This record gives sequence, C-alpha cells and structure tokens, in this order.
Amino acid sequence: MFQVRIHGRGGQGVVTAAEMLSLAAFFEGKYAQAFPSFGSERTGAPVVAFCRISDREIRLREPIMEPNAVIIQDCTVIDSANAFHGLVEKGFILVNSNHDINHGLKNVSLKCISATEIALEHIGKPIPNAVLLGSFAGLTGILKIESVIEAIKTKFSGAIGEKNIAAARVAYDRTLEVG
Amino acid sequence: MLRQLEGSHAIARSVALCRPRVVCAYPISPQTHILEGLEELIRSGKLQNCEYLNVESEMGALSVAIGAEAAGVRSYTATSSQGLLYMIEAVYNASGLELPIVMTLGNRALGSPINIWNDHSDAMSVRDSGWVMFFAETNQEAADLHILAFMVAEKMRCPVIVNVDGFILTHAYDRVDIPSQEAVDEFLPPYAPNISLDVDSPMAVGTMVPPEYFMEVRCLAHRKHEDSLALIERAGSTFEEKFGRNSGGLLRGYSLQNADTIVVAMGSVAGTIKDVVDELNHEGGKFGELTIVCYRPFPREALRNSLKNSKRIIVVEKSLAVGVGGILSQEIELAMKGCNVEIISVIAGLGGRNITKSTLKEHFSKKNHEKMTFLDLRNDIIADQYRPICSAAVKAEKTCPIQP
Repeated sequence: MFQVRIHGRGGQGVVTAAEMLSLAAFFEGKYAQAFPSFGSERTGAPVVAFCRISDREIRLREPIMEPNAVIIQDCTVIDSANAFHGLVEKGFILVNSNHDINHGLKNVSLKCISATEIALEHIGKPIPNAVLLGSFAGLTGILKIESVIEAIKTKFSGAIGEKNIAAARVAYDRTLEVG
Repeated sequence: MLRQLEGSHAIARSVALCRPRVVCAYPISPQTHILEGLEELIRSGKLQNCEYLNVESEMGALSVAIGAEAAGVRSYTATSSQGLLYMIEAVYNASGLELPIVMTLGNRALGSPINIWNDHSDAMSVRDSGWVMFFAETNQEAADLHILAFMVAEKMRCPVIVNVDGFILTHAYDRVDIPSQEAVDEFLPPYAPNISLDVDSPMAVGTMVPPEYFMEVRCLAHRKHEDSLALIERAGSTFEEKFGRNSGGLLRGYSLQNADTIVVAMGSVAGTIKDVVDELNHEGGKFGELTIVCYRPFPREALRNSLKNSKRIIVVEKSLAVGVGGILSQEIELAMKGCNVEIISVIAGLGGRNITKSTLKEHFSKKNHEKMTFLDLRNDIIADQYRPICSAAVKAEKTCPIQP
C-alpha cells in the first residue's frame, strides 16, 4: 500500500488533490481511498487530506500516520502541521516552493517546484493542486501522467480542465528533467 | 458500473436508481453532499418524475416525506445529528403511520458541546423509534443498502434509516459499483402504496388512537419487527444473487471459525478491526470480527448463534449512554444471557476521535480487561478535571441539603 498525505490551506484544492490522486489510481485499476481530515472548512485554515493506493481492497479507516509521500501545497504549514511526521524511510517529499527547504530527514527524495507560479501562468489562479499532481507522477513513478490527466479531466471539464492539464504536464516534464 | 466516487455521491446515485418521486431534506453536515448530488441528478434530468423540495427545517423535511408517502409516492430524506433531533416528533410519526420512507443518517455526534464529527450518538437517539436501522461498513454497502432499504421498507411497511459514518464514508472517495437502472428495476418493483390520500375519496391518516387500541398498535409494530428479521435476511440473499455482493442481511462474520475472541462493531470501523484481526491471527491469536448490518430489528438469535462458541466478546461502540455505559454491549449481554462468555465494552471514536489500528491491537491483546474502557482517553485531562462527589460526605450530611 502506498500512502500519501497532502498539507495545505483551505482554498488551495488540498481535498480535491487527494480525490484526483484516488481517481488516477482507479483509472490504473488500483484500489484507492481518499479522504479529508474533516477539520474546519474555512479558506486559509490548515487542511490535511489523505490518499491510500493499493492493489487490494482497502479496509483501513484511520488517518495516514506513516505516509510514503507528503505533498506540501503551502510551505507555511510545515512546522505547525508537523508535516513530515511519520514519513517512512525512502519516502518522497514534494513541496510547492521556489527554494529548497530544510526537512532534516535522511534518506528521502525531495522535490521543490514552484507550483503556484506554474498555476498562475497556465491557469491564471494560484491553485497549485493539479500542478503538484503532475510533479508527483514524475517524482514517484507511482502513477502515470496520463492517469493524472484523466483524473483532472474528470474533476474539471472544459477550458479550466485543459489549463490544469497543461500546467500538470509542465510540472511533470520539469520534474523529470531535473531527475 | 465501477466508479471512483465520493460516498455521498454514490448514495445519491443509488437513491436515484430507486426512482423516488419526492426528495426533501434540509442541509446539515456531513449529509449535505448527498442532497446536493440528488439535486444535480434531478436538475440534469437523470432522475425524472421526482420533485425536490426545499424546506425550512429538518422537521419540515421529514413531514414533507410523510405527506408524500401518505399520498402514495416513494419518498426519501437525509439528515445528521442535531437535524435528526429537530425532526424527532416526525420520526416517531413516520413509523407509527407505517410509512416506508428511506432516510440516510450521516452519523455525527450530538451536542452540546457542539461537534460536527462522526460517532453513532445520533443513531442511538432513535433506536427505539420503530424504524428499521442498517449500518454501512463501506461506501459500496452504503450505496447497496439504500436499494435494499426501499425494498425492505415497502415490504414491511416501515421506514428505514441507513446509517453511514459521517465524513469517514460520506466524504471518502472509494471504488463503488453502481448497478444499472435495469437491474435495480428488476430488484425493486414500482411502489405499491398501502394508503394513498385522494381528494376524490377522502380519508384521514393519523387519527387519535384511544387506550382501547393503542397497546395493540404497539404490540403489532413490535411483532412486525421481530417477524421481519427473516425478511431482511432473505432480501440480503436475493440482493446477493442479483448483484453478486453480500451487502445486506443481518450480520456479517469475519474469521469467526475457531475464534476465542470476537470483536463486534457497526459501521466503518469494522474495516479497521478486520485488519487488526488479521494481524493478531498472523501472530498466533484466535480473533474474529462480527459486523452488525441490521441493528433494528435487533438480530438477537443470529447474534447468539454467531457468538456462543467464543470465550470473549469485545464490543467496539461509537456511542455512550451517560449514566449507563455502552448501549450495544448491554444489548449483546442480554442476547448472550446464560452463555459463559465475557463481554467487554470499548467506547471509541466519540466526536470523531480517531480509532487507530495500533490502539485497537494493543487493547484486543490485553489478557485482563476492564468491563468498560474509553479507548484512547486523554487521562491527563480527566485527572485535571474530574471532581469526585464523595458519597461518604453525602451520607454524613445530617440535614437535607435542599430545603423544602
């Protein structure tokens, strides 16, 4: 089972990101379970969402405490949310940031990408979720970019979907380039 | 068709396949997405011949459903928590009038203190109201149980609540197989109402019943519930034959053979418990799990049969009767009367407290158990806030502390 925890703030599409991850996994024939942390649903408040991906039926209903990957949509929640807590060895950290961050962990794969800038450029709104999912596909190799695109399409139809897809592709390519 | 859906939207699609003619509810978390889903299906024309009514309250919502059913059409509503409390008078009316309404309860704690998160306190507040009550473990079951609920409700002439854990299921994206309209139509025949108000042939529904008849009305309702256990079990097997899934029935056992300890639960926590049971058995334990799918009518005999060969029963329950203790564990104690089995109550997950695999495993592994435990209780807060009333001091008081 591969477990992903997404941290961010209300309005950044954190919950939608987890849902799209589960959709992408579903399109690959996997079982997936996405759920929010059920906190206060206010714009700007810290939000956590989770996604489990597995080849078998997922029965577990606890929050994800030992993630294989952590996605940070907003750097300002890292400390207060203790965002890297429980990350497994050889885990992945994906951060929406234009500069490196200090996570103090050994043996993790870190990728920082300026997702908000990419989102502003391609979507015209500072919503980095789809961008980060593109990067996630490149960083982890857990999901194909095509599945992520299919998931974005399912959630966002028409022009807004196309813009998000373009942004996700840019992030995917950029993630692979750097290696 | 297999889909990856939010639990609430899976329920909305499933309800729509049952072709309700009236849908009426008042928004309250965590139930709201179900209604939004149904509204969208009606607006887009996917659910036809259905009227969606906006009302001023939950009391109004269930009253509309009662009126619609009395007029002879299939009706649906949904609520949670305080919303259920606000409609309680209508809850008793619906069952007393034998109107087969189906209602989703997105399970949530009751205030005060106000809390929007999941537990089963709301369900327990109507456990004696005469409604049939199902509990869903997964979103697949949540979807399927609604189809079963309409069938059982209309065969029994009794309203049904489908309990779905708030947020944990209602807001979770999961894989759900939504059946075809043809398959649901074959399983669930068109509604043939018992009564149907008609202006051309006037009659009264819900008139006063005097002492000469009231006891009989109640006795008949009780007998109907008891008799319906077989009906509900059969409906579950018919569903399984038709759709290839065991989503209904009374109980569902897991790893029960040779189990010394059986953990009993209702709702989504059963999934986590099964994972714990697997781990414990892998380490040489003898554990099993029993999910109660149908809580009302209470499947006493079936429970007794499933549990009688165990040595220990651990009841994990998401509600508490203050001043009494666990509700489900006491009902199971009555069901097991005369059997030599230890029954332990674990109060867990109140107000959305996370129920984790690790604490469940630790608790199940214990050799000696307290009769009742609050799982993952923050003992520092209890130690700080608990002010015992010293019974010796009360007895020693010579004068009555309250003057007449």
